[in-house]
Amino acid sequence: MRVIKGFFSFWYDFIVGDDWTVAVAVIAALLVTSLLAHLAGAWVVLPLAVLVFVGVSLWKASRP
Amino acid sequence: MNGVFLFLSSFLASSVEMVEALTIVLAVGLTRGWRSALVGTGAALAVLAVVVAIFGPVLGQIPLQPLRLIVGGLLLVFGVQWWRKAMLRASGFKALHDEDATFAEETASARAQGAVNPGAIDPYGFALTFKSVLLEGLEVAFIVVTFGASAQRLGLAAWGAGTALLVVLALGLLIHKPLSQVPENTLKFTVGVMLTTFGTFWAAEGAGAVWPGADASIVGLLALYSLASYGYVTWLRRLHSARVSRAEVTA
Repeated sequence: MRVIKGFFSFWYDFIVGDDWTVAVAVIAALLVTSLLAHLAGAWVVLPLAVLVFVGVSLWKASRP
Repeated sequence: MNGVFLFLSSFLASSVEMVEALTIVLAVGLTRGWRSALVGTGAALAVLAVVVAIFGPVLGQIPLQPLRLIVGGLLLVFGVQWWRKAMLRASGFKALHDEDATFAEETASARAQGAVNPGAIDPYGFALTFKSVLLEGLEVAFIVVTFGASAQRLGLAAWGAGTALLVVLALGLLIHKPLSQVPENTLKFTVGVMLTTFGTFWAAEGAGAVWPGADASIVGLLALYSLASYGYVTWLRRLHSARVSRAEVTA
């Protein structure tokens, strides 16, 4: 049980890290991109979402 | 162009992980003896080879679009995390990772385990190097497999990691000390931006979006994220120095 817990905690820390909201935001932005995929400008969604959510995450991390 | 970025990303990301593993192997080798450190490293590399041999070919069987969506998404989440941490370190909000300190800590705790019988395998040295090399190696394997599978150029990504291994080993042999001269945060910054760039490109493509200019938009994304890094770090540094001066006034 400890080994399984350790295995998942390693991959969680490695991939998601200390701000899970960024991971959730990326998944949400990918869902929106796939819904808008028929439009020519769908590619804009993901980089914009990344820039906004990284900014928010940095702001949260910089608070005392 | 895509190939050069792919090679460089794999090379740089793998170098960072290998420097971390080598620091611990050197600390164990110098304090507990080279036999245990090398056997631990060899055993971890053997386990890694089995893991990659099992999971590598499986990825090749998955259709490209869902693969790019899943792997690109994972790469993006993972890349954003590196990028974010590197910006926090560059602006002073997070302590820099110090290989000298890691080396000193590992050396002290290895010495604290007592004497080693000459010629015998030391369980502590073996376990420590095995665990470190396996964990850092899994991270390298993740990078190589995700990059290689998404770009359908597993060989090129593996060459990047292989070159990194040679360079880091050569540096380790030359200086025989922790690789503190390697500017780790600069490397992590570059890698974070590159992983985020590739992750965005592949994940959006996997979700069905069509990039203007196809592969050429990777350069545009890289420029956008680099500019954003500059903006974010400048803003964070201002926040940090304002906070430090406010604290000094209060004191």
